[in-house]
Amino acid sequence: MSTQTTHRDFRLIDSTLRDGSHAISHQYTEDDVINIVKGLDAAGVEVIEIAHGDGLGGSSFNYGFSKVDEKLLIARACEATTNAQIACLLLPGIGIADDLREVRELGVNVARIAVHCTEADITEQHIKVAKKLEMEAIGFLMMSHMSSPEDLVKQALLMQSYGADTLYIADSAGAMTTEDVRRRVNALVNALEIPVGVHAHNNLSMAVANSIAAYEEGAKNLDGTSAGLGAGAGNCPTEILAAVSTKYGIETGVNPLALMDLAEEIVRPMMPRQQVIDRAGLILGYAGVYGSFLLHSQKAAERYGVSQAEILLELGRRKVVGGQEDMIIDVALELARAHAAQEGQ
Amino acid sequence: MFKMLRSDVLDLVALVGIDPDSDGLKRAKGLGLLAPHEGPEWVLDPGNNIDMIFDATSAYVHVRNAPKYREAGIVAVDLTPAARGPKVIPAVNLYEHLDSMNVNMVTCGGQATTPIVYAIRRAIDELPYAEMVSTIASLSAGPGTRANIDEFTVTTSAALREIGGASTSKAIIVMNPADPPIMMRNTVFGALPEGSDHDAVIASILEMVDEVARYVPGYHLKNEPVIEEGPFNTPGGVVPNRVVALLEVEGAGDYLPPYSGNLDIMTAAALRVGEAISIHKSGATA
Repeated sequence: MSTQTTHRDFRLIDSTLRDGSHAISHQYTEDDVINIVKGLDAAGVEVIEIAHGDGLGGSSFNYGFSKVDEKLLIARACEATTNAQIACLLLPGIGIADDLREVRELGVNVARIAVHCTEADITEQHIKVAKKLEMEAIGFLMMSHMSSPEDLVKQALLMQSYGADTLYIADSAGAMTTEDVRRRVNALVNALEIPVGVHAHNNLSMAVANSIAAYEEGAKNLDGTSAGLGAGAGNCPTEILAAVSTKYGIETGVNPLALMDLAEEIVRPMMPRQQVIDRAGLILGYAGVYGSFLLHSQKAAERYGVSQAEILLELGRRKVVGGQEDMIIDVALELARAHAAQEGQ
Repeated sequence: MFKMLRSDVLDLVALVGIDPDSDGLKRAKGLGLLAPHEGPEWVLDPGNNIDMIFDATSAYVHVRNAPKYREAGIVAVDLTPAARGPKVIPAVNLYEHLDSMNVNMVTCGGQATTPIVYAIRRAIDELPYAEMVSTIASLSAGPGTRANIDEFTVTTSAALREIGGASTSKAIIVMNPADPPIMMRNTVFGALPEGSDHDAVIASILEMVDEVARYVPGYHLKNEPVIEEGPFNTPGGVVPNRVVALLEVEGAGDYLPPYSGNLDIMTAAALRVGEAISIHKSGATA
């Protein structure tokens, strides 16, 4: 249904098969991937991202092992799509350049290179490899609520200088207000020559509003996931973003009703839990803690008989960044020890 | 440099640089050392009579000079990721490469975690999979490391297999920009197959931490190692349990601040290796 002539005011990138992977503890099967890709493709979504939730090579003790090898899932996605481009995400330090080479062979043509918002210089190698492989390279600054608009601009300019085609900021903790998003996007749009994008999370129930605000400030790319499936309290739900955009008269080029069908009939039935903003999800946004810590901290709380909320608040105090999931065990053990000492008194 | 000045075995004669105005060279001069800025040329000059060099340049520079040092009969302890010579982790294989003219110190994360992987391995029949996660303060990661971060993960992961004894492995590095800077943290996960003796695994880890702490005083466990229940679908097969060791490395604070434990563990391990080679060689010639 989508044609080259479709007008789009912004480009929608769907991350159900990457960020959504966190919410199902990386248990996607080949059939899940085929069904979701077909649904998104038919609805007119231009770019579909797929990888382990922590990016290529993320399958590990620290982040959870994938049920099915992500390269196999990516191959199925590339076969299942007709119009949509297939994207991947890579965090330098977790995945390596060879991962990009492998998925390029499979047919992936967009590479998002993600990094904590102050560490852009570690992406140079991978952005350049992506460009050499003739992929679109998207620089992706995570946890961007932790940096000022001015500091984000400095980091974004580095990525632009390495050859990034697009620059994204991610509200990985779902911690930003609409004003926070506006100031950041405005500064980036004014400073960069390349288009800007925003990846929103819903911990403070702001994901859709923040995405629309980003668009109004000049963002040309927005992320969503079907039914909001994603780390923490979930992402900006693709079908709601499409519906709200239509209400605003913003042309998305996607069919909101087809996206609603996909969310209702394919994605919701396979979700182990619906994407709600419960106490833990809200605390992530409130304390500014990386969203994918949600399920790992729940498990650690159960294992060591301590409070999940206390774990998350302590992680916030320690200013841990994405990737430091091992610190969840560290904090849980310390809390358990403190409790035992108190009871001993 | 400060660690070497304290060595009873090695006689530090020079700190060699390429920038005459560098802070390090000025300090070396202030301590009465030679501080030439002619780089490898100076080291290779026979008139300067150098027996051993600790090379902390870059992989590129080391690859170019390694054959020259070898020809000149100079032992090279390589702190870059060049990996020209065998990898050495003092607590595991210190005595295996004493006759080598070039030894490689792997990576900071490799020095911190390979001993623990080896300790897990020696307590069980087979270690199907091991994983390490290193988090270092952004300020302590130099531009060389940052520009080529894959070198760190690939080299470290190989050390977990080749020296640690794991069948499969993964290495992860995370930079944390928090202010004040964090201490270097290293976490080791080991896959424990059915029937593993958990008490033996933990005892072996505790013993190894003491062993490493003998040459890296700031090396310690943040918590007792724990055994967690899975199952875990690792690349080496499904296992019922994992062991988790949470380590911290506090730098000695000689020249660099204490949060630079990543640099400290490299220099401390390199010194240990240099001393062992030196003792071995003097014993051989005596």
